[in-house]
Amino acid sequence: MLVIKDLYAKVEGKDILKGINLTVNAGEVHAIMGPNGSGKSTLANVLAGHTNFEVTHGTATFNGKDIFEMSADVRAKEGLFLSFQYPVEIPGVSMVNFLKTAVNEHRKYRNQKELSAGDFLKLMREKKEMVQIDSQLTNRSVNEGFSGGEKKKNEIFQMAMLEPTLAILDETDSGLDIDALRIVSNGVNMLKNKNNATILVTHYQRLLDYIVPDFVHVLYEGRIVKSAGKELAIELEEKGYDWIKKEVEA
Amino acid sequence: MAELLEKISAVDRISNIFVANQTMVGEGLPAWVNQARTPALQAFQKMGIPSFRTENYKYSDLTRLFENENFRRSFKPDLFDVDLAEVFSCDVPEFDTHLILVANGWYDEKSTNSELFPKGVIIKSLRKAMLENADLVEAYYGKLAKSNEDPLTAINTIFAQDGVFIYIPDNVQISKPLQIINILRSEDDLFVTQRNMIIAGKNSQAKIMLCDHTLTSQQFINSNITEVKIGEDAVVDIYSIQNQHNKTASFSGIYVSQDKGSTLSTNAMTLHGGIIRNNLKISLDGEHASANISGLALSDKNQHVDNYTSIEHLKPNCVSNQLYKNILDDSSTGAFTGRIHVSPYATKTAAYQRNNNVLLTDAAKMNTKPQLVIDNDDVKCSHGATVGRINDEALFYLQARGINEKEARLMLMFAFAHEVLAEVKIDKLRDVIDQLVNKRLRGEVSRCHSCALDCIR
Repeated sequence: MLVIKDLYAKVEGKDILKGINLTVNAGEVHAIMGPNGSGKSTLANVLAGHTNFEVTHGTATFNGKDIFEMSADVRAKEGLFLSFQYPVEIPGVSMVNFLKTAVNEHRKYRNQKELSAGDFLKLMREKKEMVQIDSQLTNRSVNEGFSGGEKKKNEIFQMAMLEPTLAILDETDSGLDIDALRIVSNGVNMLKNKNNATILVTHYQRLLDYIVPDFVHVLYEGRIVKSAGKELAIELEEKGYDWIKKEVEA
Repeated sequence: MAELLEKISAVDRISNIFVANQTMVGEGLPAWVNQARTPALQAFQKMGIPSFRTENYKYSDLTRLFENENFRRSFKPDLFDVDLAEVFSCDVPEFDTHLILVANGWYDEKSTNSELFPKGVIIKSLRKAMLENADLVEAYYGKLAKSNEDPLTAINTIFAQDGVFIYIPDNVQISKPLQIINILRSEDDLFVTQRNMIIAGKNSQAKIMLCDHTLTSQQFINSNITEVKIGEDAVVDIYSIQNQHNKTASFSGIYVSQDKGSTLSTNAMTLHGGIIRNNLKISLDGEHASANISGLALSDKNQHVDNYTSIEHLKPNCVSNQLYKNILDDSSTGAFTGRIHVSPYATKTAAYQRNNNVLLTDAAKMNTKPQLVIDNDDVKCSHGATVGRINDEALFYLQARGINEKEARLMLMFAFAHEVLAEVKIDKLRDVIDQLVNKRLRGEVSRCHSCALDCIR
């Protein structure tokens, strides 16, 4: 589904990613872990198409298509979803209008008929129940005045609405209390099936108690330096990242 | 020889136009109206054409405009071969208004159906009112819009001949909005002067819309001044929609005096127009009066939109609230000056002001200047001004959900504008304006869809 080969990327002239190789297949859950500043969020943003990040080398294909040839909105419509680490507040854009536009843009892209107002509201009710988001939140402007937890729940709710084939969750667990973490994880697990895939970008192992990964990768200084099964996350939780750094530097 | 024929100054030329046409200008009007012209002329000669050096006109230099114009003046009503009411039949469903038509500054009796006006209310040509309701008009004429305080007011008073007069007696509430449509239509370049007066009696209520349109592509200078007296506990809304083509210079002045317990709401929506200067002065002359002032200007190309507000808090316990926004594209320029004066007697004043602006290009420019003069300690005042760009992070967020860049930008601009639109209290009008703004932001021709004419070109 996603094939990244020897990817290099820059932010503000600084090299952050220095040769990433990663393959994600349908039905898989990958966790990307690593110390602060290792390039985890950069990778997530590069894949989603943020223009602040400049790809200098390498390729990434998504279902066989070159994603760097696509603008951010086209990547989304192709089925790629980024759950933001810090979802931005957009005063004046109502949740309903925002989601209706987004859902219908997806449908148009797939040559499907736009949803009627009634059908859209029905879909929204269903998904709200599924991810247990407070129904008041959808009456407000996008993320405006939402608490940290509400913002993350809102990301998962949008994911449920858009049904992506590849979801990249960027530090979705950071700043969440245990109840919110459970709700968010339940949502992700419920949306998981054999046709889609998930990349969890996280600093801590805690999230992986709820969403069990098939693969764990450690990102360090812009490269994936170690890949293994879920047991690697536990090892990292116990021992920290220092032993990996030492291994790399050795 | 040619060098000796030095170009005559704009002030002299305008003065000469008045002197040469004085008889025609004053014909059929009472002496007190005509007597106000001389001091206005003197005030104008003293203050001159507004330029960078003129106090309060720092951001709108009108020297070039006035130097280069040699437009026709409409000292007599122009005769039109069409029924303007028919042309302008407003067929927005359920948006029903009392229509008042003004053509080139002259109240259009032919097109205005006065039989439909609510009983007890006086709506007529200001000219007629000066003769038939002299006591009402004389009490406020030139008292709220003072010629010696503003050069554009002075020019208006020098040449004022007609406009709209509205009188709502005590305790009369009109539910249907009164819609004044100002039409500019001429075969040659034209300088138009219009003067209006609105008097709302005690405990009365009215909603008034001012719509400015151009129907021909000639150049226009439009001077339009409205004096408004709002009686005790009266509730008055004034909405204006400026939608004139970009070869028009429009100078509007709304001068208001509010009595005790009265409420005023204004909303100035600027969609098109070349050079626009809106003066809005409100005197809170009675306790517990409140004024909610808002405006939105969408500009592009070389448009210039300058909103100047002045709120005088003269009595205790009054509230004023201002919200102005601009979205500027291309090399358009904008200005906002918000003056708030709280007098020593106006204790427990609450005065708020906010001006937010978005620049869409590097060439667009916005000047914003709050001016607070507070002469007592017992007040709550706040002001804030921002000039920014479309938030890139918000833009990316929308794109990352599948919304293309163009649409995402429009969503963000519309969201920015919407806060001002929310101030419009007539639901149907808000819907109409919503659509106009949406179309304007999309760069589509944004005329009122009811209007069969393309006023933009």
